[in-house]
Amino acid sequence: MHLTPDEMIFWQHGFLKLNGTIVFTWGLMLVLAVGSRLITRKLSIGVERSRWQNLLEIVVTGIEKQIEEVGLSQPRKYIGFLGTLFLFIATASLCTVIPGYQPPTGSLSTTAALALCVFVAVPFFGIEEQGVGNYLKSYAKPTFIMLPFNIISELSRTLALAVRLFGNMMSGAMIIGILLTITPFIFPIVMTLLGQLTGMVQAYIFSILAAVYIAAATQVRKPEPAPAQTVPA
Amino acid sequence: MDSMTIIAVASIVIAGITISLGAIGPALAEGRAVATALTSLAQQPDASATITRTLFVGLAMIESIAIYCFVVSMILIFANPFWNHVIAQTAGK
Repeated sequence: MHLTPDEMIFWQHGFLKLNGTIVFTWGLMLVLAVGSRLITRKLSIGVERSRWQNLLEIVVTGIEKQIEEVGLSQPRKYIGFLGTLFLFIATASLCTVIPGYQPPTGSLSTTAALALCVFVAVPFFGIEEQGVGNYLKSYAKPTFIMLPFNIISELSRTLALAVRLFGNMMSGAMIIGILLTITPFIFPIVMTLLGQLTGMVQAYIFSILAAVYIAAATQVRKPEPAPAQTVPA
Repeated sequence: MDSMTIIAVASIVIAGITISLGAIGPALAEGRAVATALTSLAQQPDASATITRTLFVGLAMIESIAIYCFVVSMILIFANPFWNHVIAQTAGK
């Protein structure tokens, strides 16, 4: 029983290996890119629109509202990154219904790559919003002694993002695999449904946590309000 | 007992203990979190979107601890480096 899709080798040449993770990730990229390209070929503003465009609009406005609720006041700047995270992880989990498919997020390399993207994106958006000096000064808040702890927390939450997603996806796939050898009729289907639920929740959690980290990094400190001038009556 | 048996016994026993002890704390914590969330939902139903979202984020963070224990347990059973090393040694002999 394989632990991750890394162990399914499709093609090998020397040290170049085409394993299950890479092939399924390419498949997902193809489906997402080609699907959205086909749907957005003829966009219509107005009451008459195709149901696929309606579906995409529901998804995009839903993600936008969630980003706004987290505290980012301009969701359009961040929806490219956060929306892609959510859609990739959600589609990776949903496609488990296809037989022979293993979610690529069940491999620590994929989840580590996604967590590294978040690790790079947080300072990127923070510096874009606040400038380099202000962003670096935020590491020394509230006191200078907190500097090493802030750095350590930055690293550990990236690691936690990767391991959380990997553990949830791998455990779902593994439980289905084990149950298939024990009770191969109804019970694996129930566990697959549970796996779908946890997959969607984990996709939501990953993107919301990324949004919260970005919101914490881009919090512009409001300047002190000038003392109100009281006019003697 | 030679070293192979010791490694096997230690891995199996510790894998079982890891996941069983590691699931107690997060389960209790998640129960408390959901109970408090239900109480606050009953007191302020119109804040239900914020409460639900915060509840899910909190549950995911608590769940991560159980996931760490599960990953260690799986590594001990399926990707155990000490066991692989010992097997490679006995296969080489």
